[in-house]
Amino acid sequence: MNSHTVERVQSASTQIPDQRGRFGEFGGRFVPETLTRALVELESAYAAARKDPTFHVELNELLKRFVGRPSPLYHAQRLTKLAGGAQIWFKREDLNHTGAHKINNTLGQALLTLRMGKKRVIAETGAGQHGVATATACAHFGLPCVVYMGAEDVRRQKPNVFSMRLMGAEVRPVTSGSKTLRDAVNEAMRDWMASVENTHYIIGSVIGPHPFPMMVRDFQSVIGREARAQCQETFHRLPDTVVACVGGGSNAAGMFFPFIEDASVRLIGVEAGGRSSSSGEHAAPLSLGTPGVLHGSYSYVMQDRDGQTSPVHSISAGLDYPGVGPEHSYWKDSGRVEYTFCRDDDALATFDKVARNEGILPALESCHAVAKAIEIAGTMNAEQNLLICLSGRGDKDAAEIARLKGQDY
Amino acid sequence: MSVIDERFADLRASGRKAFIPFITAGDPSLDMTGRLLLRLSQCGAAIAEVGIPYSDPIADGPVIQASYTRALEAGIKLEDIFATIARVVPQVKMPIVSMVSYAIVNRLGPQRYVEDAQRCGFSGAIVPDLLVEEGDELREICRQRDFSLIHLVTPTTPRQRMLRIAECSTGFIYFVSVTGITGERTELPQELYEQVAWLRERTEIPICIGFGISRVEHVRQLAPVADGLIVGSAIVRKFVEANDPEVALAQVDELARALIGAMG
Ligand SMILES: Cc1ncc(COP(=O)(O)O)c(C=O)c1O
Repeated sequence: MNSHTVERVQSASTQIPDQRGRFGEFGGRFVPETLTRALVELESAYAAARKDPTFHVELNELLKRFVGRPSPLYHAQRLTKLAGGAQIWFKREDLNHTGAHKINNTLGQALLTLRMGKKRVIAETGAGQHGVATATACAHFGLPCVVYMGAEDVRRQKPNVFSMRLMGAEVRPVTSGSKTLRDAVNEAMRDWMASVENTHYIIGSVIGPHPFPMMVRDFQSVIGREARAQCQETFHRLPDTVVACVGGGSNAAGMFFPFIEDASVRLIGVEAGGRSSSSGEHAAPLSLGTPGVLHGSYSYVMQDRDGQTSPVHSISAGLDYPGVGPEHSYWKDSGRVEYTFCRDDDALATFDKVARNEGILPALESCHAVAKAIEIAGTMNAEQNLLICLSGRGDKDAAEIARLKGQDY
Repeated sequence: MSVIDERFADLRASGRKAFIPFITAGDPSLDMTGRLLLRLSQCGAAIAEVGIPYSDPIADGPVIQASYTRALEAGIKLEDIFATIARVVPQVKMPIVSMVSYAIVNRLGPQRYVEDAQRCGFSGAIVPDLLVEEGDELREICRQRDFSLIHLVTPTTPRQRMLRIAECSTGFIYFVSVTGITGERTELPQELYEQVAWLRERTEIPICIGFGISRVEHVRQLAPVADGLIVGSAIVRKFVEANDPEVALAQVDELARALIGAMG
């Protein structure tokens, strides 16, 4: 990255969040006292790393030679024709090593783990993409790694479970609660409560207590920085509209953040609309939830009258989460980003559409963004450009899609 | 002076220590929660801690976690818990504090949570996921109403910070014995005794130790340095292991008397 963009990003992010990790009223640190020291330590290690050019050189080298960055900006011409409006562009995070944007964050945090002198890594995973990306970073650096994964997700994302184990990570299925991502985060936090002195918890999205939401956003911002430059190079303007799917919100935050100050760029986050808008049938806290506390921060969440987290559902394991990063809550309430949702069946239909028209198998998570983007592109004109964060590839979903369609895999 | 302050003043005047049982509200039923509180009071518990079941308790080990899940699955709501406490408080001789996640306090709003909790007879709250930095609003509300707000210190808390937490706490300080989650331990860390003693010399506020305490040996070891000891999982577990709640109740009675006996 050039020094100008570093400065721009750093100045924006030193104001937001504030000292207490607040994005407006959202964010903060709602965790047991036991974790405070580790969070303070992480905060200062990250602040030091951020100012240290050798850290950036090291990370950028890894992103280039290990991940394969920059990921291409791809003109989806047949989808553009199908949508009948704006030019549709994919930012190809699916082409990264390990198949999703998650690796941008895990390498950054693994480097910090080493800087802090911690000897062990834990992580949670939903779709398994973050688990694989963490296992990969740990194998690369020789760090032992334990990944917590909901038992339901172990079932529906088998290939990723196998990959993690191949790279030496221990996958611990979580059988409490809904057996999905939220419970995996709980278990990882409990592990960290006991292991905090020698273990770093690599959180997989822009969620959790300060400084995680800020730090993960910064690591993922490479997506938006590259895309911004690629748009200017390719069509000599900024995109008119940028669309990304939102689970915890890391690919979206990374894509949006470098465009936040570009008022002409419309930013749209797409949540998991599931089967319907009734409680328990979707995972769309920004669209259908209320502000509350979950997993260490104050943000929109699906909760009942008493503050108990509500069950959620999504066809895609990576979006099947009742909370969302606090910065998205801030962007929502400030009106800077619009949030909408996409239903399970639209996402599934979009998988086929992208596969057949573009020769790309997108992750089911990313299909949520593509589905909405096709709709929106149709309302725009052919001179306009719509950029989608294609956050990951769909190989991991093939078996589950076959099962849903009643076909052999 | 709050009810809890008075309780510790009495205990200190007579050279006694507080036995503080923790139970989960609504596990196995709210009716049993009421009976259990009554029984613990008769056994000589100084204060009781009632856990408000929460869907995502990250500081809790498997025993308490599972009890929260059972209570929530049984459909226990906050207003039912408040109603049970309101019914029980006039019959017991000990103050009762709620152990409650900030997710729940925040959902009601700190003002309303404290008002409702106090109206039904709770004397204070322990909010395990509320750090002192995030606690200004709740602390002020509690202070105005003489409702104790008990903060936690842990083995990972730096010493200067311990003093700050002690200053922010009212009623007592909850000294977490281990770096980890709730649940019984065979042995407690060696440094614990010294850490508590260090803080003991620097603050007036009562210090109660919790997490992992389940045995008579623990109590003998720790009672001399603390104002009170908190026992949770060892009690909650009885209701999991005995398939008859009446049997569990008798076992809790026996455990409570043994632990109180060991406090000297
Ligand atoms: C490909 C892909 N996209 C998106 C997500 C959702 O996460 P986030 O919202 O943090 O980008 C995941 C999570 O597993 C994923 O694997």
